[in-house]
Amino acid sequence: MKDNKKVTITTETTWKEITPGGIIYEAGNAHNYKTGEWRSMRPIWNSEKCKQCLLCFPVCPDSSILLEDGKVVGIDYDHCKGCGVCVEACPFKVFDFVKED
Amino acid sequence: MAIRERLSGNEAVATAMKQINPDVVAAFPITPSTEVPQYFSQFVANGSVDTEFVAVESEHSAMSACVGASAAGARVMTATSANGLALMWEILYIAASSRLPIVMPVINRALSGPINIHNDHSDSMGARDSGWIQLYSEDNQEAYDNIIQAIRIAEHKDVRLPVMVCLDGFIVSHSVENIELLETEKVKEFVGEYDPGLDTLLNPEQPVAMGPLDLPPHYFEHKRQQAEAMKNAKKVILEIAKEFEALTGRKYGLFEEYKMEDAEVAIVVLNSTAGTAKEVVDELREKGVKAGLIKIRVFRPFPVEELRDALKHVKAIAVMDKADSFSAAGGPVFVETRAALYDAETKPVVINYIYGLGGRDVRTNDIMKVYNDLLEIVETGEVKSVYNYLGVRE
Repeated sequence: MKDNKKVTITTETTWKEITPGGIIYEAGNAHNYKTGEWRSMRPIWNSEKCKQCLLCFPVCPDSSILLEDGKVVGIDYDHCKGCGVCVEACPFKVFDFVKED
Repeated sequence: MAIRERLSGNEAVATAMKQINPDVVAAFPITPSTEVPQYFSQFVANGSVDTEFVAVESEHSAMSACVGASAAGARVMTATSANGLALMWEILYIAASSRLPIVMPVINRALSGPINIHNDHSDSMGARDSGWIQLYSEDNQEAYDNIIQAIRIAEHKDVRLPVMVCLDGFIVSHSVENIELLETEKVKEFVGEYDPGLDTLLNPEQPVAMGPLDLPPHYFEHKRQQAEAMKNAKKVILEIAKEFEALTGRKYGLFEEYKMEDAEVAIVVLNSTAGTAKEVVDELREKGVKAGLIKIRVFRPFPVEELRDALKHVKAIAVMDKADSFSAAGGPVFVETRAALYDAETKPVVINYIYGLGGRDVRTNDIMKVYNDLLEIVETGEVKSVYNYLGVRE
């Protein structure tokens, strides 16, 4: 019973399959919600300009600055809403901020 | 043996609640439903129920507490009237869309302003689109019987929707009538132990989150699913009525047909006015006039096909609304009844009377006037006015 209900609700889920009242059985499922779809401006990280000062990382409201071994490696575009806070925070103008196609 | 008693409508409602012994009652007093939580809090204080009674500071909080308790897995009831129901407004939707089987007697009363504490149906009619099932009751007996059935309807797995049981403020709520009560054990057996299923906030076996954000990709699907539950309710209401009839001998349907078999003129009405109208029907029948009456018991879901079948052979119909929806085109019961008849092969004349607002008396001679108007329409074939007011000073 428990496992059957661990459904991931997607945009394909019909009214017959969706959980009553929008009940959620899975913890941390906000990760599955792609807030990146809201984006109208896209920050582009330029690796060669980046000094790895990490000032962008703590200001991102969506935890979308991706780190590996303590270094910035890119942007999680599934969840980046394009707010531009990282662009503002960067003292080295590493990010281009361009219109979303 | 059933218990013969003399109770007011509010006592009958509170007695049904006592026999059901719900887990939680959260309520705020408002005239004319005040006595329901008042009596019930006495039952709690006397230990005749083991319900958790939550004395809240407003109806908004009452319904919010009910939502929380119901989501936690409790069997939950409350009661209200008029402005109290209006204050619950946003939480009514949350209860229904969260599929919480809360049962609430609504003691019908006019909505302010001007301030008026007397009976009409503007409160429950205002809540008609909130996703709650609505049952209406002619008298104390029906109010009592409806509440017991409402528990089963609300909790049925194919429904899982909250239910309002409406009865007329003062006319029924404060009038003492003879009533036949079921023994408490029989009520308990009928409503059974509440099984909320696994999806409750207090189930450690299966943690869930309820009341999520539901943006355009998913909200519509939830509403469609909720609408299906409302469609399912019709069948469930009838099944439970059958079981109740086997237990008590008292028969309930989606509506009551009174002398409708060969009726040429008919009134469609809710709640206690049906009693007054039956008196007039009897009087007319004695004179050989083919008059009939339909008393709607289930307004949500609206019995479209069933009403159409019951009314299609009638020549002229008057739908009586104890609420004006200010559409400038008719009251809510009228609009829906008339729409139900649109698909009938022969379309009867259907006219509307707004009546009894703010507790204005409706006497048999008022109802007689309506039947006379209908008879005149049948005779002349001429409809002078579709949208009428009954008993207002012109």
